[in-house]
Amino acid sequence: MSKPKITVIIDPDIYKDTPRPSSDKKDTSKPSSGKSGMTLIVKTVTRITVWMIILYGFYIILHGHLTPGGGFGGGVIIALALLNVLLAYGRDFTQKWLNIHLLENIESLSALLFVIVGILGLFVSGSFLANFLSKGQLFAVVSAGTIPLLNIIIGFKVAMSLFLVVWVLAGIKMSKGDAA
Amino acid sequence: MMLPLFIIIPLIAAFLITLIAGKKDVWGIVLSVVASAAMLILAVISFLNVNGETIIYEMGNWKMPFGIALVLDSLSGYMLIIVNLVALTAIIYSIQYIRHLGQDFKYYALFMLMLTGMNGVILTGDIFNLYVFMEIALFAAFALVAYGCRAEEYEAAFKYAVMGSVSSIFILIGIGVLYSATSTLTMARIAQTVPNLSPQIILWVGGLFLAGFGLKAAAMPFHAWLPDAHSSAPAPISSMLSGVLIKVLGIYTITRIFFNVLDAPAVFLTIFIVIGTISILISGFLAIIQWDFKRLLAYSSISQIGYILLGIGLATPLGILGAVFHLFNHAIFKSLLFYDAGSVELALGTRDLQKLGKLGKLLPVTSGTSIIASLAISGIPPFNGFFSKLIIIIAAIAAGQPVLALLAILGSILTLAAVMKIQCYGLRQDVDVEPREKIGLGMNIAMISLAIICIVGGLLVAPGIREVALDPVVNVILEKAEYVQTVLGR
Repeated sequence: MSKPKITVIIDPDIYKDTPRPSSDKKDTSKPSSGKSGMTLIVKTVTRITVWMIILYGFYIILHGHLTPGGGFGGGVIIALALLNVLLAYGRDFTQKWLNIHLLENIESLSALLFVIVGILGLFVSGSFLANFLSKGQLFAVVSAGTIPLLNIIIGFKVAMSLFLVVWVLAGIKMSKGDAA
Repeated sequence: MMLPLFIIIPLIAAFLITLIAGKKDVWGIVLSVVASAAMLILAVISFLNVNGETIIYEMGNWKMPFGIALVLDSLSGYMLIIVNLVALTAIIYSIQYIRHLGQDFKYYALFMLMLTGMNGVILTGDIFNLYVFMEIALFAAFALVAYGCRAEEYEAAFKYAVMGSVSSIFILIGIGVLYSATSTLTMARIAQTVPNLSPQIILWVGGLFLAGFGLKAAAMPFHAWLPDAHSSAPAPISSMLSGVLIKVLGIYTITRIFFNVLDAPAVFLTIFIVIGTISILISGFLAIIQWDFKRLLAYSSISQIGYILLGIGLATPLGILGAVFHLFNHAIFKSLLFYDAGSVELALGTRDLQKLGKLGKLLPVTSGTSIIASLAISGIPPFNGFFSKLIIIIAAIAAGQPVLALLAILGSILTLAAVMKIQCYGLRQDVDVEPREKIGLGMNIAMISLAIICIVGGLLVAPGIREVALDPVVNVILEKAEYVQTVLGR
């Protein structure tokens, strides 16, 4: 059986903790980062809309218990806003604009918080993930017990995960053929 | 109170590891060892507590037919012990083995997620919840198979991902059909309405589940992904996949769904016997012709899965007893053999049996434990494998199927030939070899502890122990209607 000759080279920058200065140094050798990304039109539109999209994502998350949508949907919208920046401005700019390491930590932390909310339910109400907050008025934003809380946590988790998945995949360079 | 801990502990460990272990990998090791040790203790305690009863835990205080419930009966407790036992030894084994692959903490986090998925599959009483946990375990397994970052590992992981997703789609469609027919996802409620369903729906659902879970169990016509995935993965992951993952996602779900939910339709029992026998024979032959240490073990896994399916398909108390016992035994000795393969690979840098040499002096623990595991897997008397295979063979004769018994004996001889090939060519060849790396204490501890279980494991069928350890498990599988009553009737 002949072995397939595909080598996958993972961009070492992805896994580095945060050696920002060194990666900046590497950037200067390349054509300046201002020219990477898409055209001026796309960049301008992205600059105007990115915060609106993020705000809309938060709206969807916060109204998850009242209207269609919720943590997952809102999180996807936030991730798309960040990906918009990545597409329009390129990888180097996004790395400077966002603290990727912080995003990774937020992702892990939000998953951990979800479990902690579940455990609080275990201790306060006697069952894992049981509701322990007041259920409030129907159709009020602050209502439905722990559900909005969990929606916010899920929103962060989904936003960070989806963005980081694309971020890591975009950092993989595949070379076919040579190289053992 | 104790049931959600099996899901909470590994989940917390996984995310804590990614959060705090970024700078020091030591935290990954400490947290995962503590988590899996705690779960092993909890599993033993809960198995002893259950004692033939059924414990129900309603998640989030939602009452039984509406919410998701965790159900712990003897079968679940038994599986939990197997999973967490192998997981603990795998983690201890990984400490040295994984270091040379780099990026430790991600490995431990993924490992813990896989453990979450498996514990969830075992405990859940809701069929869609089972699907979700299965996906958690599978996706972690895909990533872990590719962990070494070499071309053939990516290829194996991709193949595994494609086949795993195809099987998940079958299962999802099966769940959908079942949901539209019964309007509920709680397994006990489904089991309650199954007698009223038309036999055609049962056939459809059973066929979809057979294809889906059969792919996960890697029984013979569905086995194509297993030799690649199990031989390319890092050794502790191979042992988790071969030792417990295919059993939890394949065999456990098949027994739970076909026996406790679908009420063991006769046609599927016949199919289990047929694919079990095919698996035993053909992959026995395929194992003999392999020259890759781990690939040989992977094919032999399919053959041993065949024994378990054969025992389940017979559906007599003796057959089920043999299957359940063989499930435990195979988890132990196949994990041990994969550990041996891993330490040979670590020491010599190859797993090609023709390139190995005299290892008795160099790796005394590896070569010693591999003899024990080899004799156990081929069913030589004092070891645990002998008893389970004997029970399955006697069950086949007692069920009036002497041909099956003969084929099972033939399969056992084939297994013996395959492992003797490992011993003869691999470990006792008259060629001197130079080791690259010493095998450390952790790996040796993992191998020795499993070898001891191989030797004393046969005692599980001894009168007195069997009534506590195995008979309640067999009762859960055989007393199909009891599941509905114990889960719902309170």
